[in-house]
Amino acid sequence: MPKDGGIGASSKRREDIRFLTGTGKYTDDINIRGQAYVHFLRSDVAHAKINGIDTSAAAAMPGVVQIFTGADFEAVGGIPCGWEITDRHGKAMQEPKHPVLAHGKVRHVGDPIAAVVAESLEQARDAAEAIELDLEELPAVVNMKAALVEGATKVHDDLDNNLCYDWGFVEENKGAVDAAIKGAAHVTTLELVNNRLVANPMEPRVAVGEYDRADGQHTLHTTSQNPHVIRLLMGAFVLGIPEHKLRVVAPDVGGGFGTKIFHYAEEAFCTFAAKAVNRPVKWTSSRSEAFMSDAHGRDHVTKIELALDKDNNFVAVRTETLANMGAYLSTFASSVPTWLHGTLMAGNYKTPNVYVNVKAVFTNTVPVDAYRGAGRPEATYQLERVIDMAARELGVDPIALRRQNYITEFPYATPVAVEYDTGDYNATMDKLEEIADIKGFAARRKESEARGMMRGLGINNYIEACGIAPSNLVGQLGARAGLYDAATVRVNATGSISVMVGAHSHGQGHETAFPQVVAEMLGIDESMIDIVHGDTSKIPFGMGTYGSRSLAVCGSAMVRATEKIINKAKKIAAHLMEASEADIELKDGNFSVAGTDKSVAWGDVTLAAYVPHNYPLEDIEPGLEETAFYDPANFTYPAGAYACEVEVDPDTGKVTIARFAAADDFGNVINPMIVSGQVHGGIAQGIGQALLESCVYDEDGQLLSASYMDYTMPRADDLPFYSVDHSCQTPCTHNPLGVKGCGEAGAIGSPPSVINAVIDALNSGGHDVKHIDMPATPAKVWAAMQS
Amino acid sequence: MYNFEFEKPGTLADAVAAMSADEAQALGGGQTLIPTLKQRLASPSVLVSLSGIGEMQGICMGDQGEMCIGGSSTHASVAAASGYRALSALAGQIGDPAVRARGTIGGSLANNDPSACYPAAALASGATIKTNAREIAADDYFEGMFATALDEGEIITEVRFPVPEIAHYEKFVQPASRFALVGVFVAKFKDGVRVAVTGASEEGVFRWSEAEAALSANFAAEALDGLTVDAEGMIGDLHGSKEYRAHLVNVITKRAVKAAA
Amino acid sequence: MSKITMTVNGKAASGDVEGRTLLSSFLREDLFLTGTHIGCDTSQCGACVVHVNGVAVKSCTMLAAEADGAEISTIEGQAAPDGTLNTIQQAFQDHHGLQCGFCTPGMVMSAAALLKENPKPTEAEVRHYLEGNICRCTGYHNIVKAILAASGQEIPAIAAE
Repeated sequence: MPKDGGIGASSKRREDIRFLTGTGKYTDDINIRGQAYVHFLRSDVAHAKINGIDTSAAAAMPGVVQIFTGADFEAVGGIPCGWEITDRHGKAMQEPKHPVLAHGKVRHVGDPIAAVVAESLEQARDAAEAIELDLEELPAVVNMKAALVEGATKVHDDLDNNLCYDWGFVEENKGAVDAAIKGAAHVTTLELVNNRLVANPMEPRVAVGEYDRADGQHTLHTTSQNPHVIRLLMGAFVLGIPEHKLRVVAPDVGGGFGTKIFHYAEEAFCTFAAKAVNRPVKWTSSRSEAFMSDAHGRDHVTKIELALDKDNNFVAVRTETLANMGAYLSTFASSVPTWLHGTLMAGNYKTPNVYVNVKAVFTNTVPVDAYRGAGRPEATYQLERVIDMAARELGVDPIALRRQNYITEFPYATPVAVEYDTGDYNATMDKLEEIADIKGFAARRKESEARGMMRGLGINNYIEACGIAPSNLVGQLGARAGLYDAATVRVNATGSISVMVGAHSHGQGHETAFPQVVAEMLGIDESMIDIVHGDTSKIPFGMGTYGSRSLAVCGSAMVRATEKIINKAKKIAAHLMEASEADIELKDGNFSVAGTDKSVAWGDVTLAAYVPHNYPLEDIEPGLEETAFYDPANFTYPAGAYACEVEVDPDTGKVTIARFAAADDFGNVINPMIVSGQVHGGIAQGIGQALLESCVYDEDGQLLSASYMDYTMPRADDLPFYSVDHSCQTPCTHNPLGVKGCGEAGAIGSPPSVINAVIDALNSGGHDVKHIDMPATPAKVWAAMQS
Repeated sequence: MYNFEFEKPGTLADAVAAMSADEAQALGGGQTLIPTLKQRLASPSVLVSLSGIGEMQGICMGDQGEMCIGGSSTHASVAAASGYRALSALAGQIGDPAVRARGTIGGSLANNDPSACYPAAALASGATIKTNAREIAADDYFEGMFATALDEGEIITEVRFPVPEIAHYEKFVQPASRFALVGVFVAKFKDGVRVAVTGASEEGVFRWSEAEAALSANFAAEALDGLTVDAEGMIGDLHGSKEYRAHLVNVITKRAVKAAA
Repeated sequence: MSKITMTVNGKAASGDVEGRTLLSSFLREDLFLTGTHIGCDTSQCGACVVHVNGVAVKSCTMLAAEADGAEISTIEGQAAPDGTLNTIQQAFQDHHGLQCGFCTPGMVMSAAALLKENPKPTEAEVRHYLEGNICRCTGYHNIVKAILAASGQEIPAIAAE
């Protein structure tokens, strides 16, 4: 049994107390004396030339402080993209300028045209209505295939066309893959859509900008997953503010799911405007505004071919994907369909030949970027759907077909350039078969059929890559940032500890889980340790939280810093006990001399560090504070097996999730309660994608699913209890904790099993349906049954 | 929201007087109106709250055995009432608990959202909509999407529902809004069956007369076999095509009949 | 502007409001009770649920003026004065029924209303009652579990994990 509060304990979350009592501090709870409010006048058309903006009447409205338009931002930079992709012909991607406020043209519904700063939000809205716009509407480019047709309307007039890049991976393997498919005994081909989603963290985005004339200091309070990244992008690329004059604070953040990674125009605006009007400027997004200004997720159209030999061994996988970028390149948009997607196309299988082609396309829609899973759900969905389809075509058991093709020896270098360090896919599938009670399915199906329902079972595997790194490799791949993280362990005189971490907790429970690691290492009570995060003025540096990286990357930095603390503390302890440093042992918060009964307590050593009366000042400095930066040697590779059982109502097409089970291998687990919670949430988002959620534009680029009235958020009664297990553990070999990451697994692993189950149910009912695109809404399932 | 004056009269007479102001708008529970105001899609000068009027509250059984519901009664209070079980069950399916605590029957019927539940009950039950000025039979009241026979400033003070022998409301939800994608209220009276369908038609709530005839002859789900509504005129949107809604009208009506019987 | 007076978490509160002032705005901006959150503008997410005269309502869809004279209870009034969590709050912590915490105040207030109305709800009743409260983090698993636990009932075996 893990000891209380150490590694492996399901410690209750300490942050819960403030959230449960209404005393959390979210960005919208910040109100600064003298603040003004900004309202953005946003385009209500998808594509138009801006012939004129007349703000004169609006400027005279009550309460208006100042009105800004694109012209006010000509001297500053555009919103940058953080990853440059080189296409299959060696050419750099086409990268359009993304102005803070639209300039010359508007390119999607929601594109900000003007910003009204006023004494109150309602006054700002009143004035915005008085702005006279002369917009010349242009044809909208919405459909990706149409966008790529020669002569199509261009989203950006100064680019060659709407193709951002045409990426091939691995280009040198293309010939071998084509040949393998040509010579295969069986090829299963599937065309599918990975539906566009809106992340919808429950807290809408907020930004509050401040400027202090006394020292030229800017402060931005923002709903971000990574305040240092915002400081870097906004400071260096947009506004030209050096780091020491720019503080970015992300306090309690109400969920992120990817969409709060990115640097947004509203953040730059509030920072800029606070100086311009010399008072704090606050923006709070409404949910309706969020639908047209938060970066969306997914939106791929893919053709995948799986080739098998006569013994049903996978011999090749070939995919062609169109990936929607929207109207501009959001921060990590370009990396999602490429490096976060193509590198996972081998899945859990030893397919020798894999080739991935991705064409990224500009359209007159909201920018698309990472959403929980980011690229990996897209890879998993294609592969696990096509495998299921192949099993159905070949009349073989889908679990057996998968098992037959599993990678079983590690480390394993895939044909798509990554090396899986550890894994045991048979173990997770064994565990899944047990917890999902696969054997009992036939009886459950009979019972459903007796009630007139069709029942289906869908299973799938997934593998993902978390904690993307190392920095020198991602730099070669086009990343414009490093992907390390940092932590400072500050031991105070009385032995209490503050750990400043670059990771940001917006629901993940870092404030509880991170101290468990330090408590375990030092043998002291976890209550003596606090985590500090979310403020660039308090933390040395950090790349933030996304890609299930926090513990694997930042946690490793924290371990390294704690090791430095232990080393120094041992030196002090050795001095205090007049012993050799080599003989000092640290156990349960006490330093002792091996083979003697001499010991000093943790608190005596820390006090000595700050009151160094009896202290080896000639050898070491006073104080006890250490910082470490950690740059991982490789990704981590969580993997697992998921099973979904659905019932389909033959009269209405309504799909109900009857059971859901997940067997994950996350390597070592620090807090099992938190890990299970992460999986639950991911599964709900995956089921949401598979059955409920869809962001839809009409052909004019109007957003049809623009609020919760039309965008279906999963609710409690859409979902069952899930059976989750993470007892299969093959620790990561290259980070000190042996952890792999768990934040995205549920969202990556669940959609294929849901759709596989729906197809299984329909076929069991005599409907020869090969595929249904997500979300499998009642209307869509019913329509499939009619054909 | 645009700003407005807020008035909360204590009597119907005062409410009627307040409603005579230019651009005055009655406020029931506000569960639709307030979100509409937030989007700045309406700009009343005065919002006249009907929540403080004693004579518009309360639910009782009338002399003819009908259920009389004050116009300001919340969905929650109708859900909790006894005397017309199918109607109470319908009220318990509107929105969510917090919405039901505020939303009112008068507000819902005055708004006549094409996907709202109450219009189906009122039409299928042959209810009488009583206003400060007159009584309107449900058959004359609903005039298409968001359109009713109410005159400007007219306030629904009470709704009287004849209680059928048996009845049931079956709702197939639009998954995002949880309004009815198709909702069917079936009411069997001594002299015949009335069937009202909400959510499906571009004309708003409607009576499905073929089904009424078939069910009046034989109150059984099988009586509806082969009966269809024309897909033309049905709503087609993100959540279902015209054909799908037409199909659901049959399926959901059958379910309502089965559940009622 | 009109003057309104109400009792909030047992204490008298008053202020001047415009006709359009929402109860949620009054609580957050005038009374600094920022535990009540705004997550949507279509009355669906439920992050703003408070009790008005003992009944759960969406405070973002009620005018402050409508609450004149009412007894209001918010998330800030749920724990004991010494900070001890109430049964529902404690169950949410014990069963990890929250992650980012943004929907949590509304969830707790809705759960309280449910258990007042129906002290021993079934799993299905809990799920149905939460129709107007959206959580994006937990997949509802641990929220449902916490509410069942708060009602003193045994938790189904599948929810044990």
